[in-house]
Amino acid sequence: MIAFCARRLLWMIATLWVVFTISFFLMRSVPGGPLSRERNLLPEIEKLLMKRYNLDKSWGEQYWVELGNYLRGDFGYSFKLDDYTVNEVIAEGLPISISLGLIALAFALTLGLVAGVVSAVYRGTWIDVVFMLTATLGIALPSFVIAGICIILFVFLIPLLPAAGWGDFSQLVLPAFCLGAPYAAYVARIARTSMLDVLSQDHIRTARAKGVHPTRVVVVHALRGALLPVVSFIGPAIAGILTGSLVVEQVFAIPGMGSHFVQAAQQRDYTLALGLVMLYTVLLYSMNWLVDMSYAILDPRVELQ
Amino acid sequence: MSSTDSKPASTSVDPRQPVEGMSLSQDAWRRLRRNRVAMLSLWLLIAISVVAFLAPVLPLQAPDHTQTSLQYAEPMASPFWLRTFELDVAKVADIPQEVRELEQELTELRTKYARAANAHYQHPNDVDRQKNYDDVWEVVRRKEAEIGDTIQQPYRRLGFAQLNALSRWMIQKRYSLFGNRSINSVFGRDELGRDMVSRVVWGARVSLIVGLVATLVSLVIGVSYGAVAGYLGGWIDDAMMRFVDVLYSIPFIFVVIFIITILGEESIARELAYWGVNRITIFFVVVGAIYWLTMSRVVRGQVISLKNELFVESARSLGAPQWRIIFIHLLPNLLSVVLVYLTLTIPRVMLFEAFLSFLGLGVEPPDVSWGLLANEGIKVITPVKIYWWLILFPSLALGATLLALNFLGDGVRDALDPRLRDE
Repeated sequence: MIAFCARRLLWMIATLWVVFTISFFLMRSVPGGPLSRERNLLPEIEKLLMKRYNLDKSWGEQYWVELGNYLRGDFGYSFKLDDYTVNEVIAEGLPISISLGLIALAFALTLGLVAGVVSAVYRGTWIDVVFMLTATLGIALPSFVIAGICIILFVFLIPLLPAAGWGDFSQLVLPAFCLGAPYAAYVARIARTSMLDVLSQDHIRTARAKGVHPTRVVVVHALRGALLPVVSFIGPAIAGILTGSLVVEQVFAIPGMGSHFVQAAQQRDYTLALGLVMLYTVLLYSMNWLVDMSYAILDPRVELQ
Repeated sequence: MSSTDSKPASTSVDPRQPVEGMSLSQDAWRRLRRNRVAMLSLWLLIAISVVAFLAPVLPLQAPDHTQTSLQYAEPMASPFWLRTFELDVAKVADIPQEVRELEQELTELRTKYARAANAHYQHPNDVDRQKNYDDVWEVVRRKEAEIGDTIQQPYRRLGFAQLNALSRWMIQKRYSLFGNRSINSVFGRDELGRDMVSRVVWGARVSLIVGLVATLVSLVIGVSYGAVAGYLGGWIDDAMMRFVDVLYSIPFIFVVIFIITILGEESIARELAYWGVNRITIFFVVVGAIYWLTMSRVVRGQVISLKNELFVESARSLGAPQWRIIFIHLLPNLLSVVLVYLTLTIPRVMLFEAFLSFLGLGVEPPDVSWGLLANEGIKVITPVKIYWWLILFPSLALGATLLALNFLGDGVRDALDPRLRDE
């Protein structure tokens, strides 16, 4: 277990280093530095400023200085947002994005699991067909299409929920739904397949033969075995929800990391974009790692390597 | 079998009537045809592709023709025909002559440029020669741009983005077929009074092409990489697959957005545009670079299981070179795996394109794609009025296509899955 964690940590550091190095040199090869768009500075002042921010050194020296800053957790200043460091942007956006993501994930898991189990139990009936059709729809449609349809339906035609913003619970429902919907669909499909698999096994037949109540057979005996594939999907689902939040935060005007990243990309705010890319890498890596660990804990047959 | 039905007394196989063998692909096709949802999807996709391909010939308004007086006009179907499409035929007829003259000037400029370049390289430190070289280079570029403008001008005036030769020819044909008629905006009009029908149809061209070409790029990379790694084996295989592992763990979407951001820097973008590299081309390369990973793993596994088969052995003993064994003998056996992967990847790629375009990082105006259209629709949502047609129609087109691709993909997978065979 410890060896596994250590190896994962090493891989993560290697990945982060590769991403940082490539991005750093790409950023530096773009013409125009952080000072080039200001009012025309006196050459002397510009020289002093360049010196202050290490821009007069060679790329190699700058690279090491910057790498040191990143190691200390200092991501530098945003190019475009007035008076913000990248760290401050992250400190503001991260909690918002994490809470939105968690709600979406919880929603995707509950809805998906229920739908999957129900359609497995009622295999071949119209309930099964409707659920699986809806699931295919959820997988095929991009989240912004779902978001657009939801806004038209629940904001304008039936005014139940606010269209945008962040703060109270009612503003959270629509974004979390749109963000979680595709993953609810995936979970439903996976849960259905694995549930069908488990339901045909011997211990289920034995339980049924003993006269255990059908609900108890499904919920207690079958569900445990059917849960494993769903757990292993949490990793990809988290990655997808992080990505999807770029779009959903944009649509619903939520001031999370996703909208900051998109705006940084659109306005070419390189420092902010790089800082967020690094943060996303760390997040994805650690989430996948946690999921792998939990997989091993749930199923003793799995060996970590 | 029909032969036994007619003669119930005989044994199950009539020796005089040879039983026709059925190849794997025939069998798969037969199964696919029985899958009604998949066939419906296939026909829908064919229809969408045909409409998209024929877009310049269809009597639609030009996709980028702005009419601010008709801003946010609702969908309307009467009168059905608008008579506003006035292609300047005389001007079009004159173009070849004009272009020929301009090209003559360009050839002269090019020789001048070659001389200046030569002088500059022989005296790299001479400031005057350097300046002369830069100036001539600038003039050459401007002349090239002028030629392009001359060719595009009559179409641009009608409201078309940059068109290739085939599309220009198709538009001329359309004009001789339908005259100045074009269908009224039955899908409504957008912020700038542009017709949504034609924007959705022209958007289909970009969305479909992007999905196809980007998938093909990833296919070529993934199949060659996986086949080579699997066939060679040993430490080469180990190293190649370790590299894939490293790439897998990079959160590509974020890195891709970052790269697109940097390549979008004005001066770089202008330089790239000169070489014919626009955002769409960058997108092809980038997607090809991401989506080949899974493909290479799948193909490698298949190749490893196939490479000890007799037919490979016999090819080797006949002295076939390694590349021939990999690409001629092994690859055709991977067709079913590749086909399944292909049908499942195309919708993912299209989704990714729509995703990037939606964020304003994909296809750039004046080109249109479905993702871009959906973005424009969602941007103008206001509490006062919903322009539902701006969201509904692009979403519907994108949703229907992706849904059909998913159904078709599932159908192809079921048809080719040997575990379901002969049930």
